[in-house]
Amino acid sequence: MIAIRSLTKRFADAVAIADLTLDVGEGEIFGLIGPDGAGKTTTLRVIATAMAPTAGRVAVAGHDVVREAETVKTLIGYMPQRFALYPDLTVLENLNFFADLFGAPRAERRTQIERLLTFARLSDFGARRAQNLSGGMQKKLALAATLMHRPRLLLLDEPTTGVDPVSRREFWDLLTQVHLDGVTIVITTPYLDEAERCNRVGLMHRGRLIACDTPNALRARIGATVIEAQVSPAVAARRLVEHQTGVLSASAHGDSVRLILDRAERQADIMAAWQAHGITPGNVRIVRPRLEDVFVLMLEKP
Amino acid sequence: MSPLSLSAEQLTKRFDHFTAVEGVSFSVQRGEIYGLLGPNGAGKTTTIRMLLGLLRPTAGQGTVLGYDIVRQPEEIRRRVGYVSQKFSLYPDLTVAENFNFYAGVYGVARRSISARRGDTLALVGLADQEPVRAASLPGGARQRLALACALAHQPDFLFLDEPTAGVDPISRRALWDLLYALAASGTSILVTTHYMDEAENCYRLAFIYQGRIVAEGTARDMKEQQMQGQVVELDCEPLDRALTILRQAHLFDEAALYGSTIHAIGPDAQAALVQLPGLLADQGVTLHSAEVIAPSLEDVFITRLRHVDQSVHSPA
Repeated sequence: MIAIRSLTKRFADAVAIADLTLDVGEGEIFGLIGPDGAGKTTTLRVIATAMAPTAGRVAVAGHDVVREAETVKTLIGYMPQRFALYPDLTVLENLNFFADLFGAPRAERRTQIERLLTFARLSDFGARRAQNLSGGMQKKLALAATLMHRPRLLLLDEPTTGVDPVSRREFWDLLTQVHLDGVTIVITTPYLDEAERCNRVGLMHRGRLIACDTPNALRARIGATVIEAQVSPAVAARRLVEHQTGVLSASAHGDSVRLILDRAERQADIMAAWQAHGITPGNVRIVRPRLEDVFVLMLEKP
Repeated sequence: MSPLSLSAEQLTKRFDHFTAVEGVSFSVQRGEIYGLLGPNGAGKTTTIRMLLGLLRPTAGQGTVLGYDIVRQPEEIRRRVGYVSQKFSLYPDLTVAENFNFYAGVYGVARRSISARRGDTLALVGLADQEPVRAASLPGGARQRLALACALAHQPDFLFLDEPTAGVDPISRRALWDLLYALAASGTSILVTTHYMDEAENCYRLAFIYQGRIVAEGTARDMKEQQMQGQVVELDCEPLDRALTILRQAHLFDEAALYGSTIHAIGPDAQAALVQLPGLLADQGVTLHSAEVIAPSLEDVFITRLRHVDQSVHSPA
């Protein structure tokens, strides 16, 4: 669905994207993650035809985003971080407005609006002004507006930032429905537990794609063992072992310590170090690395 | 000083037409990091504002650092640091100027400001950024500057309202390392968040929902004892067909895609697992494995809320 070849985007004083090559398959949910300034938003903007590349090529369903921008626009729905709903228009008025804007066919407009209202669970709120909706509802309305012209590719830039956990789950529930309808989704997010929900994840750093794979494959790639142990006091226990050989990362979480070890055998050294200081850990277990572990390890690697 | 840094007993705040906080009780020990977790509008900020003496409770009582929140709010505010969601740094002022300004507001003696500034900016990793304007700092650094400003007067208690919204994971980790260092030196910290992985960093936490605390404990307790139902990870193909079947069959409350697997959550996963293989096989889905996995804190939270909603909405 998306073919990116050696994409580079330079601004006056910075390189936002450096030689990015990436394919996103039809029907995928693809997550772009990375620290602030990694180039995620710029990448979405280029795909969305909102910004021209400095070098390289991007095609959506075979159409070049520069030369065939008008065709590409009909294929994509782009929800930027600050999606501009009209605060003083009602939910229905907003949807009608975006239907005009995106050129949704008149004949099916009414059924499409109804379908989207039901989809976004906003049917009871058609007459409410957008500014009086909760944050989560505004995001759902923005998503509905983005889907008005039935795009085949949905580009979402941090759609759940600042949204509470309940609304976030609901938003993902809607995305799952969109996915089941066959729409390709590219999403950026600072929440790494959200990236776990994607079929594949690309990790960007300073404009480059430094890893790209399924969440499980990324976990396997760091080749590390993560252990959690219940210890008290956790902060002291962490400090005792954080500089020990083979400890890649150590963090205290309430009453437990989480350690990322380069090899499973290091566990014995850790236990010995704690016992030497009279700390007896309880409930020690090997847990599955989180994408956050992967992210931190890959970025901290010199 | 008593090891108890904060206590809230049956704190309640009613506005004209609704109750923002109802019967909230919890305590924070000295040097503890305590998390208040909940959706927007759950009452987290209202609770903090009452504890800071900015808002008078309708009922209930509380103390911070031994001072009464209703009768001694000035004593409290003098001794606590507060980073609100909209903590205002002055974008046109430099890092040093912002710090000096807040140190002045917090009543730090003029002659000690420069020494405090050196120490605090070093602590938050901004020592070499003094001449930089706040507006040019990246998000993570701006948060650390806000924290430095709130620490100008060496408070014994720190209130942080959503401190890392929109901050990337590396910067978040740096911030948490700082909070641990502060806690280890005896500062008590109350933090509100809706980042679940962040809540796991707290020593103890409370879920607050519709103004009430619906669960409290360590993250581990919550996951092991307070989860309503189980999470099952299904490895099957084709995934999309399996997901559609699961969402139609209502064997589980929820079914969602997770990478190349499906996570299904239900009150009685064991029973659902008996029916599931046949159901999937009938529709041409191959089930490779189905295992009950540890819930995330968010799973606990969501199922808990669903449970609360059901008991509220079902007839008595």
